[in-house]
Amino acid sequence: MYVTIDGIEKSFVNERKEQVQVLDHIDIEMEKGSFVSIVGPSGCGKSTLLYMIAGLESADRGSIRIAGNEVKKPGPDRVVVFQEAGLFPWLTVLENVKYGLLLKKMPKQEAEAKAIDMLKMVHLSNYIHSYPHQLSGGMKQRVSIARALVMEPDILLMDEPFSALDEQTRMVLHKELIDIWKKTKVTIFFVTHNIREAVLLSEKVIVFGTRPGKVKDVIPVPTSTDGVLPDSVTLHTEQRILAILEKEIEKVLKEEMGDDYSFTTNHLHRNDSGDMGSHI
Amino acid sequence: MIAVIWEVTSRLSVLPDFMFPRLTQVLETLFNGLVNGQFLAAIGKSMSRLLIGFAIAIVLGVIMGYLIWRYKLVEDTLGFLVTALQSIPSIVWFPLAIIWFGLNDFSILFIVTIGATWTMTVSATSGFRNVPTLYQRVAKTFGSTGLHFIRTVIMPASVPQLLSGLRIAWAFSWRALMAGELLGSGGGLGQLLETGRSLGQMDLVISVMIIIAVIGTIMDNVVFMRLERSVQKKWGLA
Repeated sequence: MYVTIDGIEKSFVNERKEQVQVLDHIDIEMEKGSFVSIVGPSGCGKSTLLYMIAGLESADRGSIRIAGNEVKKPGPDRVVVFQEAGLFPWLTVLENVKYGLLLKKMPKQEAEAKAIDMLKMVHLSNYIHSYPHQLSGGMKQRVSIARALVMEPDILLMDEPFSALDEQTRMVLHKELIDIWKKTKVTIFFVTHNIREAVLLSEKVIVFGTRPGKVKDVIPVPTSTDGVLPDSVTLHTEQRILAILEKEIEKVLKEEMGDDYSFTTNHLHRNDSGDMGSHI
Repeated sequence: MIAVIWEVTSRLSVLPDFMFPRLTQVLETLFNGLVNGQFLAAIGKSMSRLLIGFAIAIVLGVIMGYLIWRYKLVEDTLGFLVTALQSIPSIVWFPLAIIWFGLNDFSILFIVTIGATWTMTVSATSGFRNVPTLYQRVAKTFGSTGLHFIRTVIMPASVPQLLSGLRIAWAFSWRALMAGELLGSGGGLGQLLETGRSLGQMDLVISVMIIIAVIGTIMDNVVFMRLERSVQKKWGLA
């Protein structure tokens, strides 16, 4: 396997000085060039796992190997797209995209040409000399994706990259991400709390349980997706995942609001999120 | 308006000319001083001291700020000391400086430096501390470490805070310089003030005050304001 996550465990110490286990024996395998998503309730440690693959956090136990090499520290072969774009406000769009390339000691002109090419791919060639604050949220996230892709990473780690964007922008970016993935064959590890997003985009969805975070189920997504519109197959997959997550969500709510809380999905709720039109 | 009131009250007042000079008299002194080079020499002397002291203070402040931010041990020891030292007006160091270095240029330089160093340290520390984790993470995933990390992320990300630190540090060292020159020796604007006092020439004293005010305003409005505004514009903070 290209990416092997083997028996990862992690605990934090909370404000009350108690040990809280966030990740409990995580085993995940990913093939080269695959698109894998992780969904789970908030606080299930999915972002923590992503930071571990990035090398930004260390595990208490277990190991992560990419193409046989163990991950020890951050490196340009595993680039992260964060929830907020995190562009450097003191650099222009072009300079932001060039940042990593120049770090790799690439000659200036070559880096510039590559960065411009990549910015064209995310449709931002008119904004290369703008500063980040002059861009909209969706444009910033595009720059952030370009900045990651231009490094030609082995793995693209995405930590809820679209969750701060509005619906239309998100749809457009879904489509673009799928196009880019098909074009570049990059391996993508995608963390999200949005089930539909996970199903629409990825080939495989890993469902996380919470407290402590562990793999509940791995669900393959059958259709070759174009990342735009749901069809009956993806809807069915969505419902399967939701059914698995229901218990987890209830667990979280009970912990936060007290034991008398009961969370069951009903038609009203489903109509809101999932199967619009399927009951006509 | 102020000029007219000044001129009239001065002419009517019972105080002798040397205590409350007329505006025209002050302007004449100012003009003569500028023309014969006496003021310019003093300004040059003062500014060179100020710039050297200020530059040393900035370098020291940034380095200490970095160490305090980076190492917990330094924060607990030096960090605490700096907060305490910051509350001592720098002219208080002057007697000590005279004993250590003698009544010379070096003593004045010393208090100018010390006047700005602590403020700069405090600003630099808080500037570094407020660099968003996100930027640091981004840079690290691209493989930035060590000096490159400090140069390309930590320093630029704390520029807005460093700039306001610079401005306060400038004001502090400017005050320290004047106090030091008044008490000390070896030329400079402060020395000129002292000369004016001992000769009973209030027109000279007021001329120097005007020069000090003009230099202060120029530095604040032209240099620092412009720097701050350009950063704000670039970052989209304005």
